Amino acid sequence: MEPIQQHTGKVYPLNRANVDTDQIIPKQFLKRIERQGFGQFLFYNWRYYEDGTAKEDFSLNEEKYQDATILVAGENFGCGSSREHAPWALEDFGFRVIIAPSFADIFYNNCVKNGILPVTLSEEQTQELMNRAEAEDYPLTVNLEEQTVSDEYDFHAHFDIDNYSKEMLINGWDEIAVTLTKQDKIDEYEKQTLGV
Amino acid sequence: MTQPKTIIDKIWNKHLVHQEEGKPDLLYVDLHLVHEVTSPQAFEGLRLNNRKVRRPELTYATMDHNVPTIHRNVIKDEVSKKQMETLKQNCNEFGVELADIDHPDQGIVHVIGPELGLTHPGKTIVCGDSHTSTHGAFGAIAFGIGTSEVEHVLATQTLWQASPKTLNVKVNGELGKGVTAKDLILAIIAKYGVRFGTGYIIEYTGQAIRSLSMEERMTVCNMSIEAGARAGLISPDETTFEYIRGKRHAPKGEDFDKAVEEWRALATDEGAEYDATVEIDADEVEPQVTWGTNPGMCVPVSATVPTPESGETVNEKAEIQRALEYMDLEAGQSISSIQLEHVFIGSCTNSRLSDLRKAADIVRGKQVHPSINALVVPGSKSVKEAAEAEGLDNVFKSAGFQWRDAGCSMCLAMNDDIIPPGERCASTSNRNFEGRQGTDARTHLVSPEMAAIAAIEGRFVDVRQYTEQPV
Repeated sequence: MEPIQQHTGKVYPLNRANVDTDQIIPKQFLKRIERQGFGQFLFYNWRYYEDGTAKEDFSLNEEKYQDATILVAGENFGCGSSREHAPWALEDFGFRVIIAPSFADIFYNNCVKNGILPVTLSEEQTQELMNRAEAEDYPLTVNLEEQTVSDEYDFHAHFDIDNYSKEMLINGWDEIAVTLTKQDKIDEYEKQTLGV
Repeated sequence: MTQPKTIIDKIWNKHLVHQEEGKPDLLYVDLHLVHEVTSPQAFEGLRLNNRKVRRPELTYATMDHNVPTIHRNVIKDEVSKKQMETLKQNCNEFGVELADIDHPDQGIVHVIGPELGLTHPGKTIVCGDSHTSTHGAFGAIAFGIGTSEVEHVLATQTLWQASPKTLNVKVNGELGKGVTAKDLILAIIAKYGVRFGTGYIIEYTGQAIRSLSMEERMTVCNMSIEAGARAGLISPDETTFEYIRGKRHAPKGEDFDKAVEEWRALATDEGAEYDATVEIDADEVEPQVTWGTNPGMCVPVSATVPTPESGETVNEKAEIQRALEYMDLEAGQSISSIQLEHVFIGSCTNSRLSDLRKAADIVRGKQVHPSINALVVPGSKSVKEAAEAEGLDNVFKSAGFQWRDAGCSMCLAMNDDIIPPGERCASTSNRNFEGRQGTDARTHLVSPEMAAIAAIEGRFVDVRQYTEQPV
C-alpha cells in the first residue's frame, strides 16, 4: 500500500453521524472479485437515482468536491458491515484521510490496511472543519509524523493514533510480511497447543 | 489466590503468540470461517505473493450471501455466479473444506458453525463478516474482520489485535412472557445506543442471560456489532455443553468430558473486574420494533414514533428527521398504525429451528394478510430439513408464506430477494440501514414472533395480547 506521511488536500464535509458501510458501498456492488474500481459506486444510493442519474441535492456530486481527498464526517463513521469494499471505494474515489469524532472498530482497521489515515478529533473540532469546508474551498494539511491537522488560517489540532497503525501507514508495509518475521513464534505456539 | 479474571482475559491470554511493547498482541486464530463475498481478493493476494493457507484444517468455507433461495440450479446473475465459482476454485486450490451451494451442510456461515460443532467455548473465531460475534454465545472470542485481515489469517493463522477493553452488559431479572432474546438485544441497543460497545468486547451476564437457550444466546451475541462491539460473548454453562454434545465436530466420549472441564473453567471468575458495566432490567423489556435507519432507533410496540425534538443535540434532531423522511413515518404516529407490505423471517440473527417453531406456532391455521408478501428462509439446509421433518414447512405454506432454501437472502438482498423501492418490511434480521433490503426499501426489525403476527395482521401487534386471545 501507498505510504502516507503528510497529506494536503481539499475537504469534503459530510455532516452525518453513524454513516454505515451499506451507505459507503451498497451491497449490489460487492459481487465483484476485484479490489479496484469501486470509487464509481461510493455512496451510490445517496449520489444516484436508480436509473443512474445524479442526485443534485447530494453534495458529493458538486463539481467543487470532485478533487476532495479528505473526508470529514460525524460520529461512528463506518459502522455496520465489515466489507473492506468501503475503504476500497473511498480510496479509489481519491480519499486518503478521514476525520471523524469516532470510527467503528472494523472499519478503522480496514482503513489502516489500505493506506487511508483515520483521524479522530473532537466533536467540536470536526464540526468546525465541516463548517469551514461548507463555506469555501477548504484545503487542510494532515501530518502523521507530527500527528497534527492544520489549515492555512488558525485551525491547529493534535490527534492520537496508536504506534502500530502509525508505523504501518507511514511505511506502507505489507502486514503479512511483517508477521512472517515472527514465524518461529507461530511455529512454537502451534507446537505447544496443536502438537504439530 | 490468583486474581479473578474475565472469560475475555482468559481466552485472550491463552492465544497470545507474541507480545511486544508498543504493538498490538499477535493472537492465534482457532477457527477461520470463509464465505464468497469477502474472500476472493484475499485468495488473490495469496496467489500474487506466492503464499499458501497456513492451516487449511482450521479454515471452513460456505456460500451464503449470494445464493438464490429459489430455483437454485439456475443462477441468473452472472457476477454472483462468478463469485461463487471463484470460491470453489480457491477452496480447491488452497485445500479448504467447502460447503458449496449443493452441499448438504450449506447455510449461513453463523448458523452452520455452531450446528456442525465447529464453534466451541474458548476458541478464537474470525470471519470476513461482522456478525461473527454470533459465535460468542458459546463463550468464544469471535469477531468480524476485513478482507486484508482474511488474507492475513489465511497466510499466518494469526492477527495483530490490540488488547480489548471489557464491557459487562448485565441483564437483571427475567424476560416476560412473549418477550424474546431479539427484543432484549434491541432494547439494550435502544437504551445505550449504536456505539456504546465500540472498542470493547462485551460479556452478557445476569439471570436473564443464564435462562436463554443456545439459539437465543446466539441472537443476542449476533447483534453485539450493532452496539459497536466487534465481539460479544456469554460464559459457557450446562446449556452450552448440552448443545455441543454429539455435534459432528464436537469432542467425543472421554475427550468431551475433558473438554467440558476446561470449558467450565473459562467462565468469568467471581469478583473479576470489567473496564465498564451497563445494566438493564429484563422484566421491563417489551416487544420491540425499530422505526428508523439504525438498530438503536427502536421503541416498544406499544409506543409511538419519536419526534425530532426528542433528540438531545442539533445533530441528533437532524438524524431523527432524516430517518423519519427515509422511513416515510410521521412523528408521533403509533407503531401499530404502520402498514406493511413484506415480512422476512430469516438471517443469521433469527433463522434457526427454534425461531421457525415460534413463528409457526403463531401462524398455524391462519392466513397471511392480503397486502403482505411473506418469506421464510431457513438458516441452513439442515435447519430446513429439521423443520420439514416436523411439518413446519406445511404450516407456513398453508398460511401463505413462501418456503425457501437456505441463505442470507433478504437480510442484505444481495441475491434476488429484494424489497422494491418505497415498500416496507417487518424483518427478523439485524440491520435497518437505508437501502439494506433494497434501494429505498424500509426495514423494521422485530422478533420472529412479532414478524409472524405482522404477516397475519398486515401491521404490528403486541405478541402478548395476541397469544392471550382465545383461538
